[in-house]
Amino acid sequence: MGTFLSGVFGWKKCPHVGEFMQTERKILDAEAMDRALSRMAHEILERNQGAKNVVLVGIRTGGVFIAQRLGAKIREFERIEVPIGIMDITLYRDDIALRNKTPQVRATEIPFSLDDKNVVLVDDVLFTGRSIRAAMDAIVDFGRPQTLQLAVLIDRGHRELPIRPDYVGKNIPTSRHENVEVSLKESGKEDQVLIREGSVE
Amino acid sequence: MNNGWQKRHLLGIQGLSATEIEQILTTAASMKEVSQRPIKKVPTLRGKTVVNLFFEPSTRTRTSFEIAAKRLSADTINLTANTSSLTKGETLVDTARTLEAMAPDVIVVRHSVSGVPHLLARWVRCSVVNAGDGMNEHPTQALLDLMTVKERKGKIQGLKIAIVGDVAHSRVARSNIWGFTKMGASVRVAGPRTMLPLEIERLGVEAFDRVESAIEGVDIIMMLRLQLERQDGAYFPSTREYARFFGLDLQKLRQARPDVMIMHPGPIHRGIEIATEVADGPYSVILEQVANGVAIRMALLYLLLGQGNEDTNP
Repeated sequence: MGTFLSGVFGWKKCPHVGEFMQTERKILDAEAMDRALSRMAHEILERNQGAKNVVLVGIRTGGVFIAQRLGAKIREFERIEVPIGIMDITLYRDDIALRNKTPQVRATEIPFSLDDKNVVLVDDVLFTGRSIRAAMDAIVDFGRPQTLQLAVLIDRGHRELPIRPDYVGKNIPTSRHENVEVSLKESGKEDQVLIREGSVE
Repeated sequence: MNNGWQKRHLLGIQGLSATEIEQILTTAASMKEVSQRPIKKVPTLRGKTVVNLFFEPSTRTRTSFEIAAKRLSADTINLTANTSSLTKGETLVDTARTLEAMAPDVIVVRHSVSGVPHLLARWVRCSVVNAGDGMNEHPTQALLDLMTVKERKGKIQGLKIAIVGDVAHSRVARSNIWGFTKMGASVRVAGPRTMLPLEIERLGVEAFDRVESAIEGVDIIMMLRLQLERQDGAYFPSTREYARFFGLDLQKLRQARPDVMIMHPGPIHRGIEIATEVADGPYSVILEQVANGVAIRMALLYLLLGQGNEDTNP
């Protein structure tokens, strides 16, 4: 009896039913992204007079691979290995009590001192600025950098806090309802940046 | 994909699924890093209040909960039986409701009677965490033990663990039996027959009379403290005899695998259930267990309090 019933009711729902058609635009392809990252790496070196005192800190999850790309560029240009840290900002967010679901906390890995360094925070997309606020609070708990700078691949506007990036891959005017999706080879996709209609969150 | 935490209380390991245990362990692994920073504090639980309500003596568990709450920026209040109104004859439920009126977010409770946290959970609206209830459960201890094993051995599934000593009176044993079997380890227990509950096999464990045979081939040995405060009769002739037959010393340890890991929930009785050379020896992870306890409690407070204001969770 049990098997019979589960046979009858065990049909699966088609996962695509009910989804809307989405329009998407490509705003950076692989080559344009690479050129933007090269320019950002040069700007970081120029502003800090070389790479000697520079450390990169990528914000999970989108900023980590961008930080590693910038690190590789700097190695290529200056033959210097800059330390790269990983920052999880979950514990510093200001919206935990507003969400129904507890965000997963992941590890922060900054196995070097930030004291007196020129710390470049790296993220993929700059939007409201709230993640950067959280990351700045976290950085302060790790030490006292000489300077704290911000590098983002995409600045899409709509800031809610007085935060301005120092290095920008591309400025893109967006509406609040659009989504900016940065995909990278490191996560098994093609290097590109897309804008989609409709909001996920 | 819904990997959100759903529970409002932590009353025991028995009520947790393997997925939930896994989620606590993953979160705790990330929390551990916070305790290694120069500034060991994050602002996550700012404005939340944690009440530690302890009706039994405790150093490590209460301190551990307090440190965990403070590292997440919550405010903590400690109430112990002899400084609270319970000595003036107030009932447990009245104490809980009085505390409730002051709007705490979590009550961490330890009591000598099994089931007290479950009773409180029915009367208060905030979260309740069991920090040890009678002979029933001590879930955070089992979680930190699981974390220590997972860190050291890389996995829990498929391991063999021997829990040795006063199993009958031990809430640590009960929680660990639930925890390790749920996570796919096989559990043995050993101790004097007077201290092994009848039909303990029904919890899915193998019972042994001799320590030497129980520890043969296991990956982990967990020694239990003699729960003298909970023993209401004569369970063994003398502590000397107990130490001789059931204490873990170098002689008995020869039966174990060379890479065996030795755990103890503390406080340890040197020379009774564990010899000094063993407690301080290279296989012992007793102090790591304490360090992981803070991470586990941070993870729990975060998961219980981080789920927002929705009052829909049972």
